[in-house]
Amino acid sequence: MATLFEGFTLCGLVQTSSASDSAIQGIELDGDSDHAVVTDSTRAVTLYKVSDQKPLGSWTVKQGQLLTCPAVFNFQTKEYVVVSDNKVIRVWKEEDLNLDKAFKATVSADVWRVHSAPGGELVVLFQRGAVRLLDSLLSAPQQPIEGILSEKEVIRWSTNIVAEKQHFVLFTTEQRGEHFLYVQRLNPNTLQKYRLEREDSGASPLSFSASLRDKHINLLYLYPNGCVYQSVVAVRGPVGLEGVQALPRSLRLRLPVGEGELGAASAVALDEAHVAVVGMPHPSARTGKDFLCIWNTNFQTLQAGKEMVGRIRGQVWCYLGKLFVPHGKALSVIPYECQKSSLASALGKLRHPGIAVSKSSVAIPSWNTLLHGDQPQGPTKIVDTRKSKLRRKSQSAPALTVDQVLELIKTGPVEEVRREVEALVSRGDAQDLQLSVGRLACQLVARSQVETAFYAPGALARLVQTQCLCHSMCPDLLLLALEHKDYFLCQLCLQLFPDIPEVVTCACLKTFIGVPDGDVEMVSLEPDSVSFMEGLVAAGARGGQQNGFSPPLFEDSCDPHHQPKPPQHQDKKNPTLQLEVCPVGLHKAVLLNEVLQTPYSDNLLVPHLKDLNAPQVILFLQYLQFIYLKYSQDVYTQTPVLRSPTMTQIIDWVCLLLDAHFTVLVMAPDAKGLLSNLQSFVKSQVKLFSELGKIEGSLQELHKMKPSKDISQYSIEVIELF
Amino acid sequence: MGEFKVHRVRFFDYMPTAIRAMAFNAHTERLALGRMDGSVEIFNFADRYFQEKVIPGKDSRSIEALCWVGGRLFSAGLNGEITEYDLETLRPKYSLEAYGGPIWTITSNSQGAHLAIGCEDGTVKLFEVLEESIQFERNLDRQKGRIISLSWHPSGTQIAAGMMDMIRVFDVPTGRAVQRLLVDRGFGGSKSRETVVWSVVFLSDCTIISGDSAGKVQVWDGHTGTLVKTHLVTKWDVLALSVSKDESSVVVGTSEGTVIQFQFIAPTLQQQQDKEWVRTRTFKNHTHDVRALAEIETAIVSGGMDTQLVVRPLLEKFDERSHASALRKIQFPHRNLVFCAKKAGLLLFQFPGQLELWRLGESDGHGKPGDSLPLKRKPEKLLHLKRKGEDHICCSALSSCGGWLAYSTMSSVRLYRLQTDNNDISISKVPKLPKILRSAHQLCFSSDSSKLFAASSQSSVLVIALSQSECKYVHTLKPKSGSRQPIHLMTNSVDGKWLATANSDCEIHVYNVQKLKLHCIVPVYGSCPSAMGIHPTTNNLTMVHADQQIFEYSIVEKQYTDWSRKLQKQGLHNLWLDRDTPVTHVTFNPKNPEQILLHDMHMFCIIDQSLPLPDQKTQFYNQMTLRSLSEQERPSHLHAFKICKTFQDLLSVSLLDDQSLVMVERPLLAITCQLPAPVRQKKFAT
Repeated sequence: MATLFEGFTLCGLVQTSSASDSAIQGIELDGDSDHAVVTDSTRAVTLYKVSDQKPLGSWTVKQGQLLTCPAVFNFQTKEYVVVSDNKVIRVWKEEDLNLDKAFKATVSADVWRVHSAPGGELVVLFQRGAVRLLDSLLSAPQQPIEGILSEKEVIRWSTNIVAEKQHFVLFTTEQRGEHFLYVQRLNPNTLQKYRLEREDSGASPLSFSASLRDKHINLLYLYPNGCVYQSVVAVRGPVGLEGVQALPRSLRLRLPVGEGELGAASAVALDEAHVAVVGMPHPSARTGKDFLCIWNTNFQTLQAGKEMVGRIRGQVWCYLGKLFVPHGKALSVIPYECQKSSLASALGKLRHPGIAVSKSSVAIPSWNTLLHGDQPQGPTKIVDTRKSKLRRKSQSAPALTVDQVLELIKTGPVEEVRREVEALVSRGDAQDLQLSVGRLACQLVARSQVETAFYAPGALARLVQTQCLCHSMCPDLLLLALEHKDYFLCQLCLQLFPDIPEVVTCACLKTFIGVPDGDVEMVSLEPDSVSFMEGLVAAGARGGQQNGFSPPLFEDSCDPHHQPKPPQHQDKKNPTLQLEVCPVGLHKAVLLNEVLQTPYSDNLLVPHLKDLNAPQVILFLQYLQFIYLKYSQDVYTQTPVLRSPTMTQIIDWVCLLLDAHFTVLVMAPDAKGLLSNLQSFVKSQVKLFSELGKIEGSLQELHKMKPSKDISQYSIEVIELF
Repeated sequence: MGEFKVHRVRFFDYMPTAIRAMAFNAHTERLALGRMDGSVEIFNFADRYFQEKVIPGKDSRSIEALCWVGGRLFSAGLNGEITEYDLETLRPKYSLEAYGGPIWTITSNSQGAHLAIGCEDGTVKLFEVLEESIQFERNLDRQKGRIISLSWHPSGTQIAAGMMDMIRVFDVPTGRAVQRLLVDRGFGGSKSRETVVWSVVFLSDCTIISGDSAGKVQVWDGHTGTLVKTHLVTKWDVLALSVSKDESSVVVGTSEGTVIQFQFIAPTLQQQQDKEWVRTRTFKNHTHDVRALAEIETAIVSGGMDTQLVVRPLLEKFDERSHASALRKIQFPHRNLVFCAKKAGLLLFQFPGQLELWRLGESDGHGKPGDSLPLKRKPEKLLHLKRKGEDHICCSALSSCGGWLAYSTMSSVRLYRLQTDNNDISISKVPKLPKILRSAHQLCFSSDSSKLFAASSQSSVLVIALSQSECKYVHTLKPKSGSRQPIHLMTNSVDGKWLATANSDCEIHVYNVQKLKLHCIVPVYGSCPSAMGIHPTTNNLTMVHADQQIFEYSIVEKQYTDWSRKLQKQGLHNLWLDRDTPVTHVTFNPKNPEQILLHDMHMFCIIDQSLPLPDQKTQFYNQMTLRSLSEQERPSHLHAFKICKTFQDLLSVSLLDDQSLVMVERPLLAITCQLPAPVRQKKFAT
């Protein structure tokens, strides 16, 4: 998981006149890891101590002069270097007070950037594409500079990378809508030119980011349509290949763009699995594009998001675990942390192990299929295979392509949409199923949101069942289902989405608790979970009979559509009987079970749990108590095949609820009995564990005694003395 | 050097009894220790804490407190008697009924003229100490409730008495109770239980310090009878108190097994005048009740239910590290309780109440070093011989052929004839022992089983001739020195010619048994011999002393051997000298006359006299190194001391005639297991 921590403002920004210009040209590192050299768009270079948020020094050029390149730090000589008015290179030290008195050298051609990297020499990149080491340039400033780029070609972006003692300067250019990547190797100097693949829309990349990984330079670039592509250039690539080569790319991420295209956005790779993006909309928030998000490219999931106040200029720098984002009137520093991504952490906590293997396996390996084009293997769609085979046979008419279906969704009637979607999905090639399913779902949801009359439960359910969909791909789906009281779809989503945010889980929970029993009982739900719940309720009833009780519920409990009477009708003087009766309806219980099994992290869940009101909490706690009791009874034996909440999940939820609502519960008179019951459970658990602890202690003693076992009362041994 | 087959014996269920009382005689540096079974042990603290004397217990005797008056030792017990011990004959000199019911405590005044005892009936009785006995003088005012503890004021004019729920201070000349100090009860449930003042000390500035069953250590002002300070040190009982000689420190023993030190110091550096009793250190060396305590010059000595005597040095009193500054635990007696019949392969175990005779197992297998061999025959308990009378067994002996067995109590000696044919064993008591053979400090058979030697009073030895038909008194061997001390070690030569005895005066006499006269006296060395043996072929006497020195004395030439001189000249290795348990057995290998076999509690050692002696720079414990070396390299690394630490908690090591070793181990863990449960203490997660 990745986390964005609370950020802080490093400095205010000068408001620039035009919308596209940024107030900051660049941020570079100093020799000190806590320093940042900020170059503004006009005349000033400021050195900040980041943790103290205070400037350590500032240097400006004279009025009329202009800094045309961000200041960089020379790690070898401990000097700062900046270029003013394209041609004048200035070199100074931290002690120097006045930039005008610093060393100056005027070169013969316009400079694009000076690049610096720890462990490498400073490199000057000229606007016409030539590259010189700063030292050699300063020794003869007026040396002729050749032009490498053609007439209309302009540099858009550049960076340098030091890899294995090899120094690279990378820069991208644009020429008549075409984009090229130049890789300039220094010592020996070679230049390789690559052509970037054209995006369909013909748009230009918004941002580039290069990083070195496994002896390859990874170039990450973002297009306005939200696609993040990655291209890989080998460090020891083919040297001396003539001409322009095509640069293959792979789609790493398709960001939800919302309406329109991205304007000023930027993506920067944080590590091999995480990308930070600024200037994009948050999938959960409907409006605004001023978010900083961290996405996991392996799982295509949103890991963290933060709204940035004020306009984002599409700039982001990432140094040593901190993101520097200029937005509005401030430059913010946001520390982040990317933990090594793993399946488990991406899935969140408490995924039922059995289910994680059998059902989620498809949703997760999707990044595999994306990356390597593998066919999904193993238990992918056991449920679906037979159906799809049948369909394949019956389907003789040529089916529609994804784009056609997308068009159809925009206008077509529900039934037709369902049919076509089904056809598409069952025919679907695993390769791009992931992408097309996401697009279809988004389209369906979008239309439903616009046209309140349109709602295609069947098609959506079918899409969800492909297990290629996850919450972050189509964030509105689950909420839409809730809105339309499509509990079956809700159940499917809860079962199959690995990445439901806690706020949505809570919304589901709230809806499920609040819904009248009668409404739910008519809905058909997944049969496995229903039968599990029936079994659970019936088990208790049988137990009651054995004990001589004949609760009124028993006679009808075999009927699956029977609605157990609410506990108010029961004999309140008989607490044991009351505990035996499920406080909610059967189907409601099934839905609540799904919520219990949803992965979550407790820190994020507790604040949202506070949205529940007291009666809801009490009802839910009663239900949890009921199911806990059932689990504790001997009659219940957990059937492994059925999807059912585990004891730990139940206890965790009880804890979470109590955490979130403790004061409310203590004050509520009708919660008193409940709390005292829960306390007795806790006591019994504590007792159980203490007993187990004792047993463990004794067993450990046995374990310890083992080695001494061989020394008995008497033995004849052989020893040797030297 | 070679391989040995080892009979590793762990079936000797030796169980020491709990320590009940302790008294330290600072003048002679002897510690008297009273155990629950009524036995008294004398440790010489000047000689490496060597257990010099043991006065065996008796069923009817109980010791509640011990007290030195000069060199005389008195005890009192719940049987209501005061006993004085004769430390030369190792038996009670006399016992005196005090007529006050059970006696809880006995203490003498600093002048040594009077003894005070605290009785169950509430009286404090004063006895005058006379030359040869003691005489009842008078009672102090009788109180309600028993007197548990007593302490004289150093001036001898006042006595503090710990009772139930209170402390009384008596004025000795008038016999009146002058102060009554009420001791609070414990909190909570123990409120209803009376507080027992287990221990009091009366300091010369009239401060009274008490320890009670509510876990409190209280400091009182004896002039005004007011409580100065209460230290709650334990949830359980504070059982014992002991004050240092200069009255600057008091140690306290509790039921939790801790010993807590209080010191009379100024709490701040500025006010050196305002001293008070401050709790300073806590030592935890015991698992059970600390019933007896003594603070001596440089150490705290403690003992209790867990049977071990712990000498905890106070490190601030030492300038450098030495054997005296090391913590010492005395768990095993410093004498033999196991006797081995080398020819017959029998073991005799001596308990206070019985003797056990075992036959060792057999194995015909061969194995690599480190292997356990398969048993062909299991060891077998042949005999369980209960003693007669209520006196405990003080010594016993088994002849090397396994045909004779003898034991002695304080009142009688018994001799048995054993006959084993195959699996049957028959035992017959030899009737009509010579009258002169009343009791013995040590017993030993000659190697041909024709004679029995019995160490008698005043270091004399009775020689008894044994034959099938009768046993006959032959002679009494008497030392010329006229020492009155008891013999604690006795050994004879294989050829039957020599007998060597050692007494507590550190004298070693060698007698010619054939001529029945004293042959020579080995030059007296300052430390008590802890083990000795006569070499089977050379007739050299090897002695190991409590201070770990080794001497070899040629009996024939009446002088120390060259090897012994060389050893003394070069000096023993420091690691050898720093060992903290004495060598308790010396034996020899008849097949290899160069070898001397020794053992203490923690190691077994073979000294090869043909090898060079180790100097201080040599690696002393070198068996592991030698093992790793190749055959060629080994000889250059060899030295005379070959030490094996594989076997721990050793009670006995002997070499059978078939060249196999018998190691009798008594693991301390096994002893701990048999102790009663300690007081319950709250531990984490229990």
